[in-house]
Amino acid sequence: MTENSTKESRLLRGAHRTVTGLHPALESLVAAIVGLLIGALLMYIWGFDPWKAYWALLRGAYGGSYEWASSLARATPLILTALTFSVCVRAGMFNIGAEGQMMMGAMAAVCVALFAAPSGLHLVIGLVFAAVAGALWSVVPAILKVTRGVSEVISTIMFNWIGRWLALYLAIYVIVDPMRAEKTLTVPVTARFPIVVRGTDLSYGIFLAVGVALVVYFLLWHTTLGYEVRAAGLNPTAARYGGIRNKRTMIVGFVLGGITAGLAGATIAMGLPPSYAIFGGGAFPELTNLGFDGMAVAMVGRNHPIGILLAAVFFGGLNAGGRVMQFYGSNPVPLEMIRVVMGAIVLAMAIPELIRLFPAIKRQGDKLLALLRRGRRPQSKEGSP
Amino acid sequence: VSWMDIVSLLRIALHAMVPITLTAVGEIVGETAGLFNIGLEGILLIGAFAGALGAEVGGPWVGFLVGLGVGAVIGLIFSVMATYWKGTQMVIGIGINLFAMGLVAFGLIQLGAPGFHAVPREVQLIKWRTPMGAMSPMIVVALVAPFLIHWFIRRTRAGLMLKAAGETPEAADVAGINVNRTRLLAATFGGALAGIAGAYMSIAWIGSVTKDLSAGRGFIALATVVFSGLNPLLALLGGLIFGFFQGLAEWVKTLPSKPIPFQFVSMLPYIVTLLVVSGAIGRVRFPKALGEPYKRE
Repeated sequence: MTENSTKESRLLRGAHRTVTGLHPALESLVAAIVGLLIGALLMYIWGFDPWKAYWALLRGAYGGSYEWASSLARATPLILTALTFSVCVRAGMFNIGAEGQMMMGAMAAVCVALFAAPSGLHLVIGLVFAAVAGALWSVVPAILKVTRGVSEVISTIMFNWIGRWLALYLAIYVIVDPMRAEKTLTVPVTARFPIVVRGTDLSYGIFLAVGVALVVYFLLWHTTLGYEVRAAGLNPTAARYGGIRNKRTMIVGFVLGGITAGLAGATIAMGLPPSYAIFGGGAFPELTNLGFDGMAVAMVGRNHPIGILLAAVFFGGLNAGGRVMQFYGSNPVPLEMIRVVMGAIVLAMAIPELIRLFPAIKRQGDKLLALLRRGRRPQSKEGSP
Repeated sequence: VSWMDIVSLLRIALHAMVPITLTAVGEIVGETAGLFNIGLEGILLIGAFAGALGAEVGGPWVGFLVGLGVGAVIGLIFSVMATYWKGTQMVIGIGINLFAMGLVAFGLIQLGAPGFHAVPREVQLIKWRTPMGAMSPMIVVALVAPFLIHWFIRRTRAGLMLKAAGETPEAADVAGINVNRTRLLAATFGGALAGIAGAYMSIAWIGSVTKDLSAGRGFIALATVVFSGLNPLLALLGGLIFGFFQGLAEWVKTLPSKPIPFQFVSMLPYIVTLLVVSGAIGRVRFPKALGEPYKRE
C-alpha cells in the first residue's frame, strides 16, 4: 500500500510540474497551435487542403451567433467532464472515469421520464439523480484505492466499460421508448433545460456548467476542505504531517468529480434538442467520448476552473466547427480529425516548458545548417548534430 | 453443455490471451526500466489498423512487421518525450490514446466504411489445424515470449541495466549506464510488442478493424502488469486468467440459449480484472524511480 502510494505520488509530481509551468496560458496556446499544425500535416498527407478545412472549421465554430451557440452547446458537457479530471488531479489522482460516470448520469437523468413532477422541480430532481449516479460510479474506484491501493487509472477505465455496458442495457431494456426501440424515453418538457437561443441546441445547461465551474473554484481555493484537497494533491507526505487525512481528500475529490461528470450526462439527456433522449441503438453517439475529450479540455485549461471555461470554448468550437468542416464541399475532412488534433494537443501539453524546447531545436538546426555551410570539408566531424 | 463447447471455450480463451500477454510483457520491460506507458491501448488500436493495411499490401507477415514498426515508433515517441523532454508520462499516455482513437476512426472513414474494415481472409495469418480446432501460431509466441523476457531480465547484463535504470537511476548513471537511452530502448521494445499484439487482433484473430477493437485490452494489460508485480511468468498467468474470462464472455454470447443479456456478459472481463487487481495489490513492489524522469543533479 505505501509502496504503491509513493509510486502514485511520483507519477503525480510530474503532473504538477506541468500544471505549474512558467507561462500557463502561453503554453496552452503553443500546445493548441502545435496540435493544429500536426492535424494540418496529417490532412495534407491524406490529400486534403488543411487551410480550407481550418477556414471552414473556424467559420463553423465562431462565424456568427448560430455558430457561437453551437460551439457553446458543445462546450457545456466538456466543461463538466473537464472539471472531473481537474478536481482529481488537484487532489492528486488521475480520474479517467468521467466517461462512465457521465453515462450513468445521463441514464439517471432519463429516469425522470418515469414519473411526473411540477416544472422546474422535475428538472432539479433529474439533476440530483444524475449527480448521485455519477458520484456512486466514482466513489467505488476511490474506495478501492484507499482500502486496497488499486490504481485509479486501471479501476476507472474498468468502470468506464462496465458503465457503458450497464448503460446500454438500461437504454435497450429498462428505460427504453416503447414506440422506438433505438432510443430511451424522452425527457418530459417539465424536466428539460430551456433553450437559450431559439433554433440552436444551446440550452440553459451552459449556465449550470459555468455555475458548477465557479462553485468548484470557490470550493477548491476558498474553503478549508479545498485547501486540504489541494495540499494533499501537491505533496501527500507533507499534507499528512500537517494533519490532513489523505484518504478523506481522495474520496472528496472523486465524489466531487463524479458529481460533475454525472451532471455532464444530464445536460445531454435533459438539454439536447430535438430528441431529449439517449440513443442506445447507435451505442450512444451523443455521449461517447465526452469524458475523454474532457481530459484534453482540462489539460489545456491547466486544471483550473477558469482556464477550463476558456479551453472548453476552444474545444467546443473545434467540435462544432468540425461538423461544418466534414460537409465542406470539395474538401470534406471527417470529424474524427478533431480528436486527432485533441490527442496531439494533449501530447504537446505533456511536455513541461514546451516553449523552451523550441530554442533547443533551433540550436540543433543552426548547428546542422552551419555544418552544411562548411561544405564537404573532410575533417568535419560526422554525426555531431 | 457438451465436450465440444468446453474445447471451443478454451480455444477462444487461448486466442484472447495473446494480445494481453504480449502487451503486458512488453510493458513489464518498460516499467522495469522506469517508464509507465498508459498509451498501450492506443498502440494496440493503431497496431491493429496499420497491421491490417500492411497485410493487405504484402500478406500477414508484412502486416506483423508493420504493426511492430508502428508500435515501436509510438513507443519511441513516448519514451523520447518521457525521458529527454521530461514529459509527464500519464499525460503522454492519455494523449496517445486520444490520438489513436481519432486516427483509427479517421482512417476507417478514409477506407470507405465508417467504423468497420474487414481484413480479407486470404491475407490473414493461417491458423494451424489441431485436434482442438483452428489455432493461431501466435499463441505459441505468446506462450514463449514471457519465458524469454524473464530470462532476459533476470539473467543478462542488459536486463540488469534495465533494472538499474528503473530502481536507482543515479547509481546506474554513476556506473556508466546511459539511463535515458536504456529507458528509451525498453519503452520502444514495449511499444513494438503492443504493436504486434494489435496486428494479431486484426490479421490473426478477429479479422476486422473497428473503432473500439482494443476494447480496454491495453488497460487490462496494465492491470496484468500490476497483478504480476513485473514478473513476466506471472503476467502469462494473468493473461491466461483475463483471456479465459474474455473467452467466457464471447462463448456465452454464442450459446443458442441466452441465459443472461449479453451486455452483462460483456462486463465480465472488466469486473474480473477489477477483482483480481484488488486482490493482488499489497504484495507487489514496483521500481523506485517508476514514472519519474531522470535528471542529473
